[in-house]
Amino acid sequence: MGKIFKFQQDVDTDQIIASQYIIFPTIDEMKGHAFESLDPDFASQVQPGDYVVASENFGCGSSREQAPSVLKALGVQAVVAKSFARIFYRNAINIGLPVIVCKDLHDNVNAGDEMELSMQEGVVRVNGKEYACTKLPEYMQGILDQGGLIASLNE
Amino acid sequence: MGSTIIEKIIRNNIGKEVHSGDIVTVNVDRVMIHDIFIPFVASKFEEMGFTRIWDADKAVLIYDHLVPASQVDDTRHFCIGNAFVEKYGMKNIHRADGICHQLMTEAGYVKPGDIVFGTDSHTTTYGCVGAFSSGIGYTEMASILGTGTLWIRVPETIRVNITGKLPENVMAKDIILKLIGDLGADGATYEALEFAGDTVENMTVASRMSMSNMAIEAGAKCALFTPDEKTAAYCGISLTDKEKDLVGDADARYCRVMEYRAEDFVPVMACPSNVDNVKPVSELTGKEIDQVFIGSCTNGRLEDLMAAAEVLKGKHVAPFVKLIVTPASRKIYREAAANGTMAVLAEAGAIITHPSCGLCCGRTGGILTDGETVIATNNRNFLGRMGTSRVNIYLASPRSAAACAIAGKIVSP
Repeated sequence: MGKIFKFQQDVDTDQIIASQYIIFPTIDEMKGHAFESLDPDFASQVQPGDYVVASENFGCGSSREQAPSVLKALGVQAVVAKSFARIFYRNAINIGLPVIVCKDLHDNVNAGDEMELSMQEGVVRVNGKEYACTKLPEYMQGILDQGGLIASLNE
Repeated sequence: MGSTIIEKIIRNNIGKEVHSGDIVTVNVDRVMIHDIFIPFVASKFEEMGFTRIWDADKAVLIYDHLVPASQVDDTRHFCIGNAFVEKYGMKNIHRADGICHQLMTEAGYVKPGDIVFGTDSHTTTYGCVGAFSSGIGYTEMASILGTGTLWIRVPETIRVNITGKLPENVMAKDIILKLIGDLGADGATYEALEFAGDTVENMTVASRMSMSNMAIEAGAKCALFTPDEKTAAYCGISLTDKEKDLVGDADARYCRVMEYRAEDFVPVMACPSNVDNVKPVSELTGKEIDQVFIGSCTNGRLEDLMAAAEVLKGKHVAPFVKLIVTPASRKIYREAAANGTMAVLAEAGAIITHPSCGLCCGRTGGILTDGETVIATNNRNFLGRMGTSRVNIYLASPRSAAACAIAGKIVSP
C-alpha cells in the first residue's frame, strides 16, 4: 500500500523538476526540488512506495530524463495517469519507473488515499474499489522487469 | 495501400514495408547531444559498458544552453563534454556556433529521409527537410551511441492540408500555434504530423522549421514536410528519386485529416501558461508588457529578425520595455549584420545577444520576476520557464512581438 499524491492534467517536466536544478551533478541533489512549483511539500512528504496519480498528458515538455529519475529516487512506486507524453513515458520505462495508464482512477480518488497496484493483474485498488489499467506492451514490460534499459542491455 | 511519409522513411531505413503500430528497430543516421545532458549521457554510456561509439562521425555535440557559462557549475558540462569528445574520437563539436536545432540542419548534419534522435524535445525540427527526428532521454542516447539502433513504434499520421495565401501579418508561427490550440497539448501524442498544400509548398525552409519545431507542443513524435527544390538548395544537395518520393500517398492511411484555408489565419498568441491556450491577438490587445524576446530555435532565423526589423524600422521600443534579440546561430548573426537588419534593430533599441538558447531556457539574459509579462517568440510558456512561476509568458510571431515592443502593450501586428 502507498499514499496517493494527486496532480492535474498537462503536468510538464519543468514542473516535475525545474530547469535551474537539472544541472546539479546528481539526481540525489535534485530530488528535493521535485514538483516544487506545484507542491512545495511533495519531496519532504513522499515516502517510498507512494504513488503519483495524474490526469491527461503527464510529463509533457522537455526530454529531461531527470523528471522520472527524481520521482524514482524519491521512492515513487509508479505514476498512474490518464495518459502520458511520449518522451517521459519512454524515459520512465528505461530507468525502471512503472508508468501505468488508468482512465478512471484520477476522477475517483483523493490525495492521501491509500492505493495498491498489481501490474500483473493490470488493476489498481483504492478505497475498496478496483480500477482496470492498461498493461504495458510486452517489449516495454520486459525492459521494466529487468530494472530498466541499462540492466536490460547488460543482460 | 499507400504509405505516409513516416512509413516511407522507416521502410527505406530498415528495408521492408511497415505500417503504423509496428514496433521496429531502426538504424540511426545521426544523433545530437547538447550541453545540458552530456554529463548524464557520458556516465550512462560508461555504465552500460560501451568502449566505443558505434560511428563517431554520426554523433554531434553542441554547447548552446549554457554558452557562455553564467555560473561556475556550468563549466562542468564543458569539461565533461570535451573529455568525452577526446576519449571517443568525436569530430563534430560546436562550442558556441548557435542553437543545436539550427546547426543540425544549417551545418548539413541532417538530410531528407534521415532518422535522427537528439536529447532535446524540439528535435522534431528536422522534419522541415523531410527527416524523421525525435527527442529522447539520456539513457536511450547512451544506448544509441553504443549500438547505432533504437526501437520505435511506427506512428499513425495526422495530415494537415493548408491551401491559399497567408495574410500579410501572419507568419508560420501563427499557423503552428493555431494548430496546437486546435489539437490540444496532447492532441498528437505518439503520432506524426504531415504537412501538405500549396501554402506550405510556398514556404521557406526557415518557416517550415518554426512549424516542425513546435510539433512536440501537441505531443507529436515528429512533423514532416515533403522535400522539394527549396529543401535541396538549403541542404546543398540534389534530391534523389527516393527523397522526391517522400510524399504522403493519396491512398495512405491517416488517423485524422485537418484542412485549413490560409486566408482564415490571423495573428495569435499562446497565453499563460500552456502552449495550447491560443487566442487571437485581437482579443488580447491592451495588456501591458515588460519585455519582448525574439530568438530561439523556433524563431531566431534571418527571416524572423528581418520581419521584426521591418516592423521596428524608424521606430523605437517603448521606454520601459526591454527588447532582447538572440540570433539562432553565428551564421545568422553575420548575415543579419551584413544586410543591415542588426543596425535597424539596434537603432530601435534592441539588446542584441550572442547566438544561444538564451532566455528560452530561462538561464541567462532577461530573467523575469513575479507579475512581469513577456512576449516571446520561442516555443514554451510553461510556469517558471523564464524566471519565477508568476511570470506571464505569451508566445507570438516575431512580427507580433516587434509590434508589442514598440507599443509597450499587446497590439495587433
